[in-house]
Amino acid sequence: MKHHQSKNFKAAWGKLLVYCKKYWPLMILAIIASSLGTVFTLIGPDKLSEMTDLITEGIMTGIDMDAIAKIGFTLIAFYAASACLSLFQGLVMAQVTQKTTNRLRHDISVKINRLPMWYYNRTTTGDILSRITNDVDTVGQSLNQSVGNLVHAVTLLIGSLIMMLITNVTMTITAILSTLIGFGLMMTIMGHSQKYFAAQQKHLGEINGHIEEIYTGHTVVKAYNDEAAAKSTFDKMNRDLRESGFKAQCLSGLMMPLMSFIGNFGYVAVCIVGAMLTMNDKISFGVIVAFMMYIRFFTQPLSQLAQAAQSLQSAAAAGERVFEFLEAEEMPDESGKPSMPQPVSGYVEFDHVRFGYEDSDKIVIKDFSAKARPGQKIAIVGPTGAGKTTLINLLMRFHELQGGEIRIDGTPTGAVKREDIHAQFCMVLQDTWLFEGTVRENLIYCTKNVSDEKMRQACKAVGLDHFIRTLPHGYDTVLNDQVNLSQGQKQQLTIARAMIADKPMLILDEATSSVDTRTELLIQNAMDELMKNRTSFVIAHRLSTIKNADLILVMKDGDIIESGTHRQLLEKGGFYADLYNSQFDAA
Amino acid sequence: MLKLFKNLSRKDWLFAGISLIFIVAQVWLDLKIPDFMSEITMLVQTKGSTMGDILTSGGKMLACALGSLAACVLVAVFASRIASNFGAALRERLFDKVQSFSMEEIGGFSTASLITRSTNDVTQVQMLVVMGLQVIIKAPIMAVWAILKISNKSWQWTLSTASAVVLLLTIVIICVSLAMPKFKKLQRLTDDINRVTRENLTGLRVIRAYNAENYQETKFENANTELTNTNLFTARTMSVMMPLIQMIMNGLSLAVYWIGAVLIDKADMTKKMTLFSDMVVYSSYAMQVVMSFMMLVVIFIMLPRASVSAKRILEVLETNPTITDGTVKETPGDIKGEIEFRNVSFKYPDADDYVLQNITFTAHKGETIAFIGATGCGKSTAVNLVPRFYDATKGEILVDGINVKDYTQYALRNKIGYVSQKATLFGGTVKSNIAFGDNGKNSFLESDVVSAVYTAQASDFVENMVDGYDGFVAQGGANFSGGQKQRLSIARAICRRPEIFIFDDSFSALDYKTDKKLREALKTECADATKLIVAQRIGTIRDADQIIVLDEGQIAGMGTHDELMKNCEVYRQIAYSQLSKEELA
Repeated sequence: MKHHQSKNFKAAWGKLLVYCKKYWPLMILAIIASSLGTVFTLIGPDKLSEMTDLITEGIMTGIDMDAIAKIGFTLIAFYAASACLSLFQGLVMAQVTQKTTNRLRHDISVKINRLPMWYYNRTTTGDILSRITNDVDTVGQSLNQSVGNLVHAVTLLIGSLIMMLITNVTMTITAILSTLIGFGLMMTIMGHSQKYFAAQQKHLGEINGHIEEIYTGHTVVKAYNDEAAAKSTFDKMNRDLRESGFKAQCLSGLMMPLMSFIGNFGYVAVCIVGAMLTMNDKISFGVIVAFMMYIRFFTQPLSQLAQAAQSLQSAAAAGERVFEFLEAEEMPDESGKPSMPQPVSGYVEFDHVRFGYEDSDKIVIKDFSAKARPGQKIAIVGPTGAGKTTLINLLMRFHELQGGEIRIDGTPTGAVKREDIHAQFCMVLQDTWLFEGTVRENLIYCTKNVSDEKMRQACKAVGLDHFIRTLPHGYDTVLNDQVNLSQGQKQQLTIARAMIADKPMLILDEATSSVDTRTELLIQNAMDELMKNRTSFVIAHRLSTIKNADLILVMKDGDIIESGTHRQLLEKGGFYADLYNSQFDAA
Repeated sequence: MLKLFKNLSRKDWLFAGISLIFIVAQVWLDLKIPDFMSEITMLVQTKGSTMGDILTSGGKMLACALGSLAACVLVAVFASRIASNFGAALRERLFDKVQSFSMEEIGGFSTASLITRSTNDVTQVQMLVVMGLQVIIKAPIMAVWAILKISNKSWQWTLSTASAVVLLLTIVIICVSLAMPKFKKLQRLTDDINRVTRENLTGLRVIRAYNAENYQETKFENANTELTNTNLFTARTMSVMMPLIQMIMNGLSLAVYWIGAVLIDKADMTKKMTLFSDMVVYSSYAMQVVMSFMMLVVIFIMLPRASVSAKRILEVLETNPTITDGTVKETPGDIKGEIEFRNVSFKYPDADDYVLQNITFTAHKGETIAFIGATGCGKSTAVNLVPRFYDATKGEILVDGINVKDYTQYALRNKIGYVSQKATLFGGTVKSNIAFGDNGKNSFLESDVVSAVYTAQASDFVENMVDGYDGFVAQGGANFSGGQKQRLSIARAICRRPEIFIFDDSFSALDYKTDKKLREALKTECADATKLIVAQRIGTIRDADQIIVLDEGQIAGMGTHDELMKNCEVYRQIAYSQLSKEELA
């Protein structure tokens, strides 16, 4: 298990380092600066001990003030140099980190649009969002702090060890021994606290989940008098969290005092051993002063190392998640494919189409064939799960077929670029997708060269122009939480957007099912306007909206079971007629 | 912030008191250490002192260090205890408070905000308490005590320490005041990144259909660049701060020694030794003073965030629920399942316009009353007044002849089986979701659950699940389709065997066939119960005993389908928009 973890750890950091290859020279510079700066900090105590020696030597005879001043100025220079170097290191690493995280976020964002649709069946929005924010942040922080700290700590540790050895071996052994005792203690505690932290995290997650569930289902909990049961579950979780939180908090609270004890303990050890040596005239008093500093430098990086190790570990986990997403298989490159022959008249053929999702064996569309002549309105109806939306997704080439062909004006959709297929269709979906931006931005979206006149015409056609002009800033009103648009108005906006995009064909996927029927009637006029002279595909829940279709395809379990006009299908008395009539029968 | 501490129990205050004693002990011990250090220095420097003396002093110093560790551990234990008790108490009070809220208060705060307040905000405050108990109290004690100990040594040293502290505080304050606004901005920019990404993910099909990938990426890039620049600024500010602080601390040690050299050089023969040991001790005290101030600064950086959280928690705790309990527990008469609205009007507290105006009607036992109208006409609000999710602004609502406000909420809701517009399921099993809550009678029988599932037309998929009635339900019912969730939540209402059913647009997620079968089953299985149905489809309500047509909060027509077709224009419009004339004829 442990081996497995470290292997992942190496792989993740390997990838991350390769990813910021561009910055290697800068990073190496930063590392050099950091270790140089640390060396200067280390020489400090040595110089300070020289100063002490000068004082003790001259305590009876008179102190050599010139020598003192010389050391003093040298030290000032050292400290200044050290500050400059660590400032340089900090600035460089900030730059490297920010540029790297910026690129990571950018790459994830671009990646979102390059992944095949089916990828999103397996992940949730929340998961990708947490990769783009939390995970990238974790990587960034670790890169910024841990790398710097690690270099600093390692240099400090090795440097102070060398300096101590040069100064006095006996004292060094004392320092190391006293530190090791403390460090062993600390590692034990850290190992233990990990367990409690995991428990705390788990309990916190549980209670947050419970709170979320009960708050969201507030009315149901109240209506069913379930408050007492919900409270007792909550109480139990709250107790668990209190206990595990206490333990975790407690153990992590031990770290600081323990560190300072290690410091103090080393200090005493160094003083006693130092005093003994001084009395035997083995060392000068200055050595003790120097060691008092060294012992601090020696214990300080140990905790930093422990922290850095932890942070590197969590960054590896986060990095893994980020790279897992970035390395997911993209849609094949199509830059070599020809463009769609223009102009498109709108003759669409489905020829023995067969499809199932990549990650399952289930066939969603078995053997689907149909023809739509230019300007026709084709309706697709059927129970949930029949594959209606899948069919539309295939027509748009959001997914690749597993068998058969879809042809537009005789050109198989797979033979041209995906963008070219998309460019043939206006699409209005059940989920009215609007974004935070002005009404104008939402309407025009990415369509180029749209005149205000055309935009207004479209809004008039969907019956929205008047409403928009009553908004505080008209077409420049920013749509956000404060602006209350009804579901119907949102739908009207997306229909207007489709009109402005003005493409040869039209797809309506349950475009009005979340709107009440009177509003629907209003929108229907706009839609009829939109459908004029366009081949259109309509999926609808409410059968009243598709009665005037030129062809109704009734789907069930991935196949067409009936087709024809409304009248023909009713006369046939089959599945459609049954479905249609069930809305009138009195229960 | 301080108000929140009222939530600490007596025991916690006692703990806090005890830990204060230990903190003082710890500071005393920590400051004692340099004294022994000074002793050792003197001993080493003086000819003729024995090794035994040094060991004694060293032993004392070690004892102090151990004592300080012990005190510190105890403080940590107490602080964690207090903080976790405090967090748990706050969480519980918040939970109870929110449970007591009506929809009005929930709407005022928004569910999402209440969740954050009960989780993240509590964690923030709890963290501050842990840190605070260990640092806020300790740092000033340490600083003051250390200053007292050294202030009588030499004014030159004191001056250099004071200037180091002032310099340090100046640097930190400048850096923090530069970076703080940016830190606040960072939160907003991160939200922006989240928003744009969420937009992209939820609109995948639209974006691809419009070939708008580049448009989205440009938008993201703008947000990304701004975030990066702000991050760079704060990171750079911090990179400036750290080396400067380091330099000041180093500089202070140097200054103490340098000044020491000058002082010793000028001093009388007799005082030289004392001065020398003072100097060694002083440098460690000075470091303690500087460190204390640093710790305080850390707290001041944490404080604003925690106090915002504390304020948000208080807002919830100080909100009183608008709906209070009545006293009636049992209906005295033998009237069952009767609902009467008398001139009921309703508006939201801060709104100008009424959502409902002058609604009057009576529903008798076993009847079906349907509400229909355009979105936003107030039909959901009307039925939500019966279980007192809101209280009527004017007029009164009677259930079984008694005003709903006079019932205890528990008694009132035991009469009602409510199904909301949005199906809500809870993590657990199918059974735990259907035998949900408390209906004031005995616990639900296995057979009740099964028959409710059959009536709700949910048996086909429930019995097809691997574990059947013990089948797993994910949080929020994520492993069920919309129609399935809705049928399960209807089964939950049926299982209660209530006097009154309220279906708040509960049938829209069902296809016509299931809708029809379900209504037929309800009619036979729950014939005695009064049913209030909010619907959009004419088909769903066509056979209701009474249909109430609402238009902008007022009754536009009331009667059976046939009556309304004859004399209600609004109803006719709705009907024609769904069905053609021949079909309605």
